[in-house]
This record gives sequence, structure tokens and C-alpha cells, in this order.
Amino acid sequence: MRLASHVKTNRLAMVGMIILWVFILGAVFAQLLMPHDPWRHFVPFMSPSVTHVLGTDDVGRDIFSELILGARVSLTVGFMAGLIAVGIGVLVGLLAGFRRGYLDEILMGLTDVVLVIPALPLVILVSVYLGPGIWYTILVIGLVFWPSTARVIRSQVLSVRQSGYVESARALGAGDGWLMRRHVLPNVLPLILAKFVLTVAAAMLMEASLSFLGLGDPMAKSWGMMLHYAFARGGFIREMWWWYVPPGVCISLCILSLTLISFSIEEGSDPRLRRALDR
Amino acid sequence: MILEVRHLSTHYLVRHNPLARFGHRDHLIRAVDDVSFAVTAGEVFGIIGESGSGKTTLARTMLRLCDSTAGDVLHRGRSVFAMNSSELKQYRHSVQPVFQDADSTLDPRQHVGAILEEPLLIHGIGDAATRRQYIGGMLEQINLSPSFLQRHPSELSGGQRQRVALARSLLLNPEVLIADEPTSGLDPLVTTQVLALMLRLKQDHGLTLILISHDLETVAYASDRIAVMYRGRIVELSGGEDFAQRASHPYTRFLLGVERRVPEIPVLEGVHEHIHGAEDGCAYANSCPHHLHVCHSISPELRETSQGHLIACHAIAPE
Repeated sequence: MRLASHVKTNRLAMVGMIILWVFILGAVFAQLLMPHDPWRHFVPFMSPSVTHVLGTDDVGRDIFSELILGARVSLTVGFMAGLIAVGIGVLVGLLAGFRRGYLDEILMGLTDVVLVIPALPLVILVSVYLGPGIWYTILVIGLVFWPSTARVIRSQVLSVRQSGYVESARALGAGDGWLMRRHVLPNVLPLILAKFVLTVAAAMLMEASLSFLGLGDPMAKSWGMMLHYAFARGGFIREMWWWYVPPGVCISLCILSLTLISFSIEEGSDPRLRRALDR
Repeated sequence: MILEVRHLSTHYLVRHNPLARFGHRDHLIRAVDDVSFAVTAGEVFGIIGESGSGKTTLARTMLRLCDSTAGDVLHRGRSVFAMNSSELKQYRHSVQPVFQDADSTLDPRQHVGAILEEPLLIHGIGDAATRRQYIGGMLEQINLSPSFLQRHPSELSGGQRQRVALARSLLLNPEVLIADEPTSGLDPLVTTQVLALMLRLKQDHGLTLILISHDLETVAYASDRIAVMYRGRIVELSGGEDFAQRASHPYTRFLLGVERRVPEIPVLEGVHEHIHGAEDGCAYANSCPHHLHVCHSISPELRETSQGHLIACHAIAPE
């Protein structure tokens, strides 16, 4: 596939992929990589040392181990919420763009309503109502982040639908299902991918914000939750930077890598952009 | 009569949004207006008209790619608009278009092999091996080597693209080919090549060809009968053999360069012309050097003035 080879040859995308893979591998093999049990209590407020690379927190847990486990929670929430959001968005966008008519009006009306509601307050409200829990967080983020995907997919479907090649295929005798499978989906797919990667980044950031505000699952050690505890339990006041800087850096790096990847997918899917970049 | 068009009209309503509608009335664009003609099996039927004369809309309506406002299109006596989906699929199997601008009619993501296989797959023709064989044979007929199968449309020249589009339509072995500006955007040499190829394939496959173009020479070169369209209507229809000698409608004579058009009030190009010119009377009246009083109020009927020669003009008396 030409898109895949483009992502491979793009240097920035390569950097993004490497960073992301480091985090993903860290999350998958967390059990092997953690030097200590993240739930075990050592001496609280230890400074970094050889045994505790990033010291310990207020109840004496090893921060480095928490950080590795945090990758698992943050990435899970990001990818699952991204999957839900993009899934809904793609479904709505395809239906609205392909079927048009009243369905389009209703779906786009709904999309606009969800789109204008500020995301963070809504998510805060819903998560307070549902209570803490990692699956609730995933669900809430997924249900709030789909409208922009729906809009983008719909407009792309509209432009593909009116293109000469869809008209030609129709004249050849192709039905709606055929057009969707053979022409609309392949032409929308890169956009779906790019949108998915960006939504994952946004979902991770949203999860961190929620957790930082204390609305996350206290039993799930995400990077946002670490920041929350560092803030609430005196990490900032004591200037224990080894407590609050690493999770912040991890979140930023993850989002940076996802953004780089999504850029290169967009470039790869648009031949004009690709040519401009090669120059 | 393989394909018959009866009093076909396709009008577009250009709606402004409710707020803008205070200033502008909704426009009715009569892209195709009461057009009738019949195509017999095996002939080349040419349609000439300037851009905005409704040629493309006529072709699209005949293919049922857009809805008609009035009238009917009959394929072997069966109404195209009354067909259910399986009948329509069968109709599209036997009546195929070649659109202008093959640039956009080929999916940029498919390679030529996939593009050519598509019609066969849609109609479930043959297994993989026979399909490859058909495609190979067709490539030979359009003078492309098999290496082109792996290329994408963006890697082809304009003439090659148009030949691929032609091959895609011909793979279904249709009875009728509706070619809408098949040579637009191609240089004169390639135009001649594509045209010659089409005529040769027409002979080989026993096709009926409807050739639509703005280019008088292209149509006159190839057609057995020629219809001249002006603003959605057919103004003259006559045989292709002595078309230039017999042409008598003022607009046709203008196209042939034997007569001048009266400089009219400058109007916007293309489709916008319909907005103002299509109410009553002959659409050409404002530009016609022979216009009579009646031309501005009653639109002339297309009537036969001599054997096989139809004209819509008040100023010309039947022979």
C-alpha cells in the first residue's frame, strides 16, 4: 500500500512511530519492566536513588513502577475511547453523506448539538453522575468526541459521491453497496485512520484532565492520576519534580507521537500534499 | 428503434436559501427542454451544442443518472424510468456511457486492472481467468500493452485514460454507447486517434453510437445523423452526409460559419444563459438575424421540412 510506504519514508512519522512503540511495548510488558510492585509501600517521599529511580510518593510507592503501569491505563483509555468515538463518527458520517435526505439533516443536527457542547464540562458532569471507573471514563470520552469525525467523514463522502468515478460505476450498473465498498470506503479510509490517531491523542489528554481533577478511577494508575496525587499530596509544594514531571512528559510525548503519525497519514493520502513535501 | 427519446425535459430548480430568497427568485434552469429523437440500431447519432446547451444533462438523463422532469426514454420500447433495479442493471449492461474528462471518471486509487475488472464483477461475468482473458483482449483492441494493468490513472496520459474509460464501457459488450465529449481536453492528433478507435470498435462490435460534442468537425466526421442543440432544445436534425449543404437553421449556419450571430446583450457564460432566455419564444431569437415578431412569443416546433430533415424555426417555410 502506498500510504504505508509513505509513512515509513517520512522521517517525522518514523520518530512518532518509535516513540509510540516504546510506550506500547512498555504497557504490554509492564509486569516484566516494573522494578517493584507498584502497590507495595516503601518509605514515603524518597528522593531518586538506585533502587527507586524516581523516588517514592506520599504512601511510599515506587514512582517509576507507577509510571510504567500508567502507560497501560492511559493508552488503553486513549485507544478504546478513540475506537468508540471514531466508530460512531464514521457510522454517522457515512450514513449522512451517503443516504442524504432527512437522515442527513437529523444526524447532522445531532452532530452540531454535541459539537457545540464544551467537551470538558460535559465529560466532568457525566463522570460525576456515573461515578469513577475506567470503563465509564472510556465510554464518556467516546460519546463526546465523535462529532468532528462525523463531519469530516460526511464531507469527504459527499465529495466522493459526486465524483466522476462514482457516477461511472453507477452507470456500469453498480448498486449502493458496491459503491460504498469499492469506492467510498477506500477513499475515506486514510481520513478515518488519521482521525482515529488524533482522537486517541485527544482522549488521552481528556483522561489526564479528568484524572487530574480527581474524577478518574482512583484504583487505576494512569498518568493523570499520578499528577492528581502529586498535586493533592504535596508533590508540587515539596518541589518533588521527579514525581510530577515524568507523567507530564509521558503524556506530551504520546500526544506528540500520535500527532506526527496522523500528519503523515494525511499527507500520504493526499497526493498533492505529498508532492509539495517531497520538494 | 433501439433508443427513443420522447418529449424529454430535465429542469433544475436553483433554490436560494430562505433569507437570500428575498432578493432573488428561485431559478428554473431548463437544461433539457422537450427533446425528441429516435436512434436506430447501428447508426452514429451526433449531437452538437455549445457548452451549457444541455448535452451532458441529456446524456445523464438518458442513462437515468438524473431524474427527468417530463417525457420518457424508451429502450427497445421499454421506459427507462419505469424500470425496477434489476431491469435498470440490465439496461446499464446494454447502454454504456463514455464521459468527458476521463481524469475524474477513473478512481485514482484503483489501478487499470481493477478499473477494467469492475464492470465484469458488477455483472458477475466469468471467473477470474476468463475475466483476465477478456481484459487482455480489450487492452489489445485499445492498443495498450498488458504492463498498463498495474498503473494508476495518474500515471497515464490523457489519451490513454480516455482509452481505458472506453475499454471499461466496451467490456460489457453494450448495444449502445453514449459518448459525451469523448475527445474534450485531448490534442487534435489524439482526438483523431480516439475517434478512429471508437469508430473501428463500433464496426467490430456492431455498436450504436450516440456522439455528443461541441466540436462540429468531430461530429460531422463520424455521424450518420446530426442533431443541433441550443439551450436545451433540438433546433435542427438532419443527415450527416450533406449536413453542411442542407443546414438551414440560423444557429446551425452560425456554427458552420456561414452566417453571423447578432451581437446580443452580453450574458453570463454557460448554464446561466437559461435563466433569462427560456421563458417564451425561440431561445435564439435575440441573436437571430432573421427573427420575426412571432419568434419572441411562441417557441417554434421541430417539424419536418423535407425528407429526414427537421427544423425548429418560424422563419423557414417547409419546402
